Amino acid sequence: MLTQTEAPTLGENTVRVEDVQLDITLDQLKKLVSPRALTGETMLMNMGPQHPSTHGVLRLLLELDGETIVNCIPDIGYLHTGIEKTAEGKTYLKAIPLTDRTDYLAPMSNNLAFCGTVEKLVGIEVPLRAQYLRVILMELTRMNSHLVWLGTHALDIGAMSVFLYCMREREMILDIYEAVSGARMMSSYIRPGGLWRDVPNVFFDLVQRVLDVFPRRLLEYEKLLTHNPMWKERTVGIGKISAQDAIAWGMTGPCLRGSGVNYDVRKAYPYSSYDHFEFSVPVGSNGDVYDRYLCRMEEFNQSLKIIRQALKNLPAGPVMTDDRKVAPPPKHEIAYSMESLIHHFKLWTEGFKAPEGEVYFAVESGKGEYGVLLSGDGTSKPRRVHFRAPSFHNLQPLNELARGHMLADIVAIIGSIDIVLGDVDR
Amino acid sequence: MGLEQKLGDMGIVTTSLEKAVGWARTRSMWPLLFGLACCAIEMMSTQASRYDLSRFGMELMRASPRQSDLMIVAGRVSRKMAPVLRNLYDQMPDPKWVIAMGDCASCGGVFNNYAIVQGVDEIVPVDVYVAGCPPRPETLIDGIIKLHEKVRAEPLKKWA
Repeated sequence: MLTQTEAPTLGENTVRVEDVQLDITLDQLKKLVSPRALTGETMLMNMGPQHPSTHGVLRLLLELDGETIVNCIPDIGYLHTGIEKTAEGKTYLKAIPLTDRTDYLAPMSNNLAFCGTVEKLVGIEVPLRAQYLRVILMELTRMNSHLVWLGTHALDIGAMSVFLYCMREREMILDIYEAVSGARMMSSYIRPGGLWRDVPNVFFDLVQRVLDVFPRRLLEYEKLLTHNPMWKERTVGIGKISAQDAIAWGMTGPCLRGSGVNYDVRKAYPYSSYDHFEFSVPVGSNGDVYDRYLCRMEEFNQSLKIIRQALKNLPAGPVMTDDRKVAPPPKHEIAYSMESLIHHFKLWTEGFKAPEGEVYFAVESGKGEYGVLLSGDGTSKPRRVHFRAPSFHNLQPLNELARGHMLADIVAIIGSIDIVLGDVDR
Repeated sequence: MGLEQKLGDMGIVTTSLEKAVGWARTRSMWPLLFGLACCAIEMMSTQASRYDLSRFGMELMRASPRQSDLMIVAGRVSRKMAPVLRNLYDQMPDPKWVIAMGDCASCGGVFNNYAIVQGVDEIVPVDVYVAGCPPRPETLIDGIIKLHEKVRAEPLKKWA
């Protein structure tokens, strides 16, 4: 708790630091809020961590002048899980399930970011079929992430039915996850060197169903929202950020593209053979909530386009590298090959070793650039793992975005930057 | 005259007050709208189209602890969140129940480290533990039905 050292200067409306309940001193609080807050001229209000529209456990300290936001200070860490530290104690293979749980709306993107980093560090070639399947799964994951964003964003602003529609479509994608990996959400399907196993036959039917059904449903959402005057009233011109500011704050993904910056990791640093596919990157111009919304809606279409191409040109072949030092041998080989048995034993007890060195590898997840910095020390466990979480960086300019808007707009702004607190706090 | 004629011969059902109250409590359970992490997304799926929690009279999640009687702890509870969670539980009016949804809330799950409370039962009393990481919506619904059974069997004295 706080200790108040200075006496308040004005009457009974004066802010006492105890009311704010932050673990900071009065001097620190003075740096965060305007001088008017300390005299009671503006009001300090707490929002969260248990608030349905903060998308998890984000806490905000709002300074309000009437209903106008003067300052909006996020307080994060309510979901700090110590994932980076825990990953240091696990072998490279065993750390994958932890990455699922950072940004839990896009587990496969996190898997790929981590496995791609390990592949870069160890120097593993991934078979083309695995790369194409990864691309299909990446785009499905992007749609999964965007569907939850659209549903909750619309729900926050007051459009209840969109949420129910989005969750209905999301189940189609979760069915695909379940078919390939056995789990609805935490898939851990992508492994260093390829995929856990080849996709089952039902996978193609399920993906085809998404391709058939989804464009129709997308039109439904657009009909509900895009030209809806109430929706536009709540989103156009709200939470504006210029291109320079967005870059300076380190925003990525649709938040950055909404401001008119054409930066997409898939185009700038193609990975997993994204350069084989033809797609465009939707870019906004105003950098407000509505433009970020339009960018994400168009990304649905582009994702479908990529999936169609990848499905059409999907090559045959293995889905796992044949380098036995990192990939487990097939089960039937263990029965007669001594070498395979040893590899199997070594991989599941000790894990493969990565050389010393530091690498960074990033993927474009639904929320932005999801990067992993990995420092190997020659053993089978990493020395240090760092996740460059897009939500964390997209959250940073919240004060700039919210300042001057109404209290009700903060909900729209948080929805539009699409944060996941598991990703912010890790 | 009046009501009897309109209803016809429905007969008489006798039951104890305890059972009637227990039954009524299960049929109007309002969960607290409170998501922490990954499990909260599955909790959302449980409410939404395919799994439709309103079949059990529970679609109305209240964001205010003052209006709810069931807390579903959906996700990992960090050390920073723990006092907030206890505060929310204390604000809920009696009678109240707690479901620990998922492995993290039940026992810490895969996160045996400095940041995560190893089971939410260190902070609040838990009635039903639901296993899974995250549990499927069917699993959560099963846990809820188990809780309903428990509530129906509770003596009135417990909350008096």
